[in-house]
Amino acid sequence: MAYKTIIEDDIDVLIAGAGLGGTGAAFEARYWGKDKKIVIAEKANIDRSGAVAQGLYAINCYMGTRWGENNPEDHVRYARMDLMGMVREDLAFDMARHVDSAVHQFEEWGLPIMRDTKTGTYLREGRWQIMIHGESYKPIVAEAAKKSADKVFNRICVTHMLMDDAKENRVAGAVGFNVRTGNYHVFKAKTVIVGAGGASNIFKPRSVGEGAGRVWYAPWSSGSAYGLMIDAGAKMTQMENRIVLARFKDGYGPVGAYFLHLKTYTQNCNGEEYESKWFPALTEMVGKEYLDTENQHLSHKPIPTCLRNHAFINEVNAGRGPIHMVTMEAFQDPHLEEIGWHNFLGMTIGQAVLWASTDVDPKYENPELTTSEPYVMGSHATGCGAWCSGPEDVSPDEYFWGYNRMTTVEGMFGAGDAVGGTPHAFSSGSFTEGRLAAKAACKYIDDGKAEGIRVSDQQIADLKAKIYKPMETYTVYRNEIVAGDVNPNYINPRQGLDRLQKLMDEYCAGFGVNYMTNDKLLKIGLKKMGVFGEDLENIAAQDIHELLRAWELKHRFLTSEAVFQHTLFRKETRWPGYYYRGDAMKLDDENWHVLTVSHRDRNTGEYTMMKAPCYHLVSDGEE
Amino acid sequence: MPTFVYMTRCDGCGQCVDICPSDIMHIDKTLRRAYNIEPNMCWECYSCVKACPHNAIDVRGYADFAPLGHSVRVNRDEEKGTIAWRIKFRNGKKDFDLLAPITTKPWGTAIPQLANESAPSQEMRDSHLLFNEPKYIQLDKDGKDSLHTLKSNGLTLKAGVYY
Repeated sequence: MAYKTIIEDDIDVLIAGAGLGGTGAAFEARYWGKDKKIVIAEKANIDRSGAVAQGLYAINCYMGTRWGENNPEDHVRYARMDLMGMVREDLAFDMARHVDSAVHQFEEWGLPIMRDTKTGTYLREGRWQIMIHGESYKPIVAEAAKKSADKVFNRICVTHMLMDDAKENRVAGAVGFNVRTGNYHVFKAKTVIVGAGGASNIFKPRSVGEGAGRVWYAPWSSGSAYGLMIDAGAKMTQMENRIVLARFKDGYGPVGAYFLHLKTYTQNCNGEEYESKWFPALTEMVGKEYLDTENQHLSHKPIPTCLRNHAFINEVNAGRGPIHMVTMEAFQDPHLEEIGWHNFLGMTIGQAVLWASTDVDPKYENPELTTSEPYVMGSHATGCGAWCSGPEDVSPDEYFWGYNRMTTVEGMFGAGDAVGGTPHAFSSGSFTEGRLAAKAACKYIDDGKAEGIRVSDQQIADLKAKIYKPMETYTVYRNEIVAGDVNPNYINPRQGLDRLQKLMDEYCAGFGVNYMTNDKLLKIGLKKMGVFGEDLENIAAQDIHELLRAWELKHRFLTSEAVFQHTLFRKETRWPGYYYRGDAMKLDDENWHVLTVSHRDRNTGEYTMMKAPCYHLVSDGEE
Repeated sequence: MPTFVYMTRCDGCGQCVDICPSDIMHIDKTLRRAYNIEPNMCWECYSCVKACPHNAIDVRGYADFAPLGHSVRVNRDEEKGTIAWRIKFRNGKKDFDLLAPITTKPWGTAIPQLANESAPSQEMRDSHLLFNEPKYIQLDKDGKDSLHTLKSNGLTLKAGVYY
């Protein structure tokens, strides 16, 4: 195939994927690396790429220390409680102590942040959320990234890391292809910051046909953060911690502003409050430390997201669905009604489209809610991602190896969904993590850690052959059949995605089996994944667009395999409402109050699973 | 709902192709106009709708759950710094406009060029501070003690405790 090889050499900091994490990294890298070469490679256009492409109506992570609202440790405690204890608290604390400075800069750059007219502070939606008019959130931060970067390569799908041929386990850049021209792009870099995204569309979605695009997390979030890092041999953590969302049915419109700001609430089909009746049994499952039914209302501790899901799922299974969001009270206030609509237009337009098409006026009708298919990501109420070093002044020895946000592969850093154990970072926290990674990457270079990197022509040639193989397969076998997509020699990316989603749903606790799995199911699933992996060697792409889908699928596959391995490893039900291990239906602190860490051997594909200690922040004098 | 393109309005300029995050707006080679090549990978994010200079792109709700006969239209204006919406219900009973700001500054003018900032000192490099810190952490204060540490907040990280 006559695709050109285009080599970009002498890069200091390469950013692979520029959503909120990647743009934060590009912006900040310029400050610490005045004369460093900073390059972005992004599979879409950074003006509208990543999970925030559509906009946001809230920034969900803002401390407000300037107004004495919260301290970083308050946020850590909140995230810990929400994730049933499983958080990298060093990373979470570090993010939280810097996040406000990012938000204050956003406001300076022109992002409209709403103010409380009485106090002059930012208008709070909830304790951590502030309300914004964020239609142009992404174009604004992209502008900042463009000002800092030497070059922005839009429409480059990064498929693999380049590895140093001189030193084991050290990164040397990345490769990919241009989804317009088809050309092969080689980025030789001293450091790489992975800003790519988490994974939608790896579990069978509730929607069928066209609606499969209306996933909760963006359909272009192809798990590339994990695919790239796992393939490079990085250790991963908490990959079992997938998230299920309770959202407006079909449109998956956000509920945060509805609950927190509009004060809407849920009820079952009979108009009854249903959550509390499931709590006593749930306390039995998870223990009083995590759900204290009697004292919860006194302590004002919010109920963990997964446990609220649990009540939802059980109420529906008991035959009292659907669950409704009671909007009819709040929407009588014209101001709140307007906010309710703006909320969708700002971040999930499809929900507004759905209500317009089904004539659902929430002023006169309480809309239905549903629980979504699971998603794998690391910046919402879940913390999947790479096992990264924390900052020197916070992290204990097990969590620290020299450079903040560096993965276990030398020179490869993470931000946003890429970093594991840091839930509740959201947009602002992801941007902040990018900034932290950028400073550390510059220091890594200045310390001489990237000296003597060598990339052989052989490695570059091998990766090129690998990347275009799906097109080769198509060319070779296409004419064996008359027409159509049914071919005994290959499957196309859509067919492969369908198989992945079915497998994940049935064996790895998707919505189709009520989020339930067990040891036996997981082992069968893994066996089938192994065979599927072989078939992925025979995936065919008829054009460059399909080649993009083929590589997205391969990244989704690597992500899914890690999810299987981690889910099998953690023999307990830590997050009822996200998933259940039917053979271990209780939370088991005695054996599993630990973070799970995996390593996939680059050469053999073999997985090794480990437990890592879970450190918690305690106030001096408190035990 | 996935996007579609009106034949008579599209001139094939490719703005939608350039912006689509999902790489699904392509130019039809025969008609030389844009269309959505993969509706089931469309998030209805409206990036292409907003970018189209001819208002040639619209959205028809996902066929598997959204009935026909509705409309959500948008006009994004960077110069005015606003976004204007019009929502029409299928039954015609609701038809309303909504307006929101998208920026508070003339587009792109308020973002610093970090290459022109003075270089950070060695002390700054050795600290845990980022650009504009400590000042920007607690904007209204003098900035000195703004960066929180375990020590400043009286905290320890401890293994072997449960929550």
